[in-house]
Amino acid sequence: MREVAIVAYAQSPQVRQEKVLNEVEMLMPVIETALTEAAMTMEDIDFVCSGSCDYIAGGAFSFVGAVDALGATPSKMESHVEMDAAWALYESWLKIQAGEISSALIYGFGKSSVGDLPDVMSQQCDPYYLAPLWPDSISMAGLQASALLATGRYTERDFAEVVVDSRRKAKANPAAQLSGDVEVDALLTAPYIASPLRRHDCCPITDGVSVLIITDKSALPKAKMKPVYIRGIDHRMEAHQLGIRTLSESSSSTQALAQAKQQAGIEQFDIAELYAPFSPQTLILKDALGLDNQVAINPSGGPLAGHIMMSAGLDRFGMSFKTLQHGEAKTALAHATSGPCLQHNMIAILEAG
Amino acid sequence: MDIDLDPIEQFDAPIYHRYHATSSRAITPFLHAMKRGELLGHLSTATGKVLFPPLGACPESGQATQIPVILSDSGTVIGFTTVHLPIPGSKLVPPFTVANILLDGADQACSHLISECGINAVAIGMRVAAVWRSAEVWNNSLENIEYFKPTGEPLVDIDILQQQCLAKAEQRKEPVKGGQNA
Repeated sequence: MREVAIVAYAQSPQVRQEKVLNEVEMLMPVIETALTEAAMTMEDIDFVCSGSCDYIAGGAFSFVGAVDALGATPSKMESHVEMDAAWALYESWLKIQAGEISSALIYGFGKSSVGDLPDVMSQQCDPYYLAPLWPDSISMAGLQASALLATGRYTERDFAEVVVDSRRKAKANPAAQLSGDVEVDALLTAPYIASPLRRHDCCPITDGVSVLIITDKSALPKAKMKPVYIRGIDHRMEAHQLGIRTLSESSSSTQALAQAKQQAGIEQFDIAELYAPFSPQTLILKDALGLDNQVAINPSGGPLAGHIMMSAGLDRFGMSFKTLQHGEAKTALAHATSGPCLQHNMIAILEAG
Repeated sequence: MDIDLDPIEQFDAPIYHRYHATSSRAITPFLHAMKRGELLGHLSTATGKVLFPPLGACPESGQATQIPVILSDSGTVIGFTTVHLPIPGSKLVPPFTVANILLDGADQACSHLISECGINAVAIGMRVAAVWRSAEVWNNSLENIEYFKPTGEPLVDIDILQQQCLAKAEQRKEPVKGGQNA
């Protein structure tokens, strides 16, 4: 296997509403920041791949417009996934493994404030059985949270503790939208929005973009920087129909982790960045991945502190990269999810170079 | 499965989503200018090209463009098609001609209608000028121009026009500081 390194990551602030700039205008400075960080230019990039969804901002072919932010002359090899940009990273990683390219710039963007995100997300459901019922993403997560409570493994207090931890850690993340000191007891007095979920259990609507650059080890940028290697990466998908799955568990995460560990030859991680857009999902993932208290979960605050729809998974890689690059940890687990109620899960094991 | 069942070929599944979009940093000044009856393009300092309509990004360099350039409302047809089929939801009655028009001073063509001449008279290189609606109905829209009509000037050789445009862009270009995005 080729050794693939993350060499740069940049993210816009994760704001509740970007009133002026469109996605292209938000992307341009962030692409420039990432390229500058790696001391690269677009000429050094073999392939660009993005993750976005036109339903989010309601603009047809917005991902095509976003190519304008790249300076696409001469033309670049380009691809797009209608998924979280973590899957754009996976496509790029595969292309490096195939020997087709040695560098890739990956970006994800989402301007969720423009539409009604929970309702928009119902459009990812199958058109016959689920979509006609308009199951919004919060209600589906509520079903999952309720299934978790029914197992007796966790309580609503545990959900609130996940939120307290996220907000506290996010104080160190200047791009976070929600951070600060909150009390469990105070959180538990808040009303339900889709029981047993309260507003704070849900990731905040966020506008933003992020950019990440990977290269083959043979093509590391000349800049003085510390690369972070992707030692193992795998993703697994479960059934789409919620009724078929055991919602209180995440078997696909367990499987993906086993495969990633085997690739990496690494069993332990110092930190884990989990893409759990709803607080109970953090607990489901912790169990599925066998994470004990030795592993620092979401040092960035995680998606409950800021959630760029279509890029929050890529951000788990980016945030892990930053933590490892700063020498605060040696190994990290980066997780990304797609689909309702943790349907599809990706696990990567990262190591500081 | 009962194979005698009639196949269901159609069922209604209407989807409605509400969006509250705003125009972007680049498009907002363009729309305000339209209301004043001005055609506002952007100069890309990286390439020296004048982009109209402006999208805020120079597609060649990937750099943000913000320098406004007011353009003439006359230009040259560099491509066209005549539409013979009615377009659902459109007010336009076929046949009508849509052209890519390079406004004088611009380096990027915009699309608009051609009228006041027979559809067979439209030609590449034809000089055209905007026919504006009455100023009282001007809005934040390119529809303030009803269509473009031929000016009667001689045909332009668009290959020569392209060379002239590229030469002018080269003069407007700022010296390169580093790489494309550096």
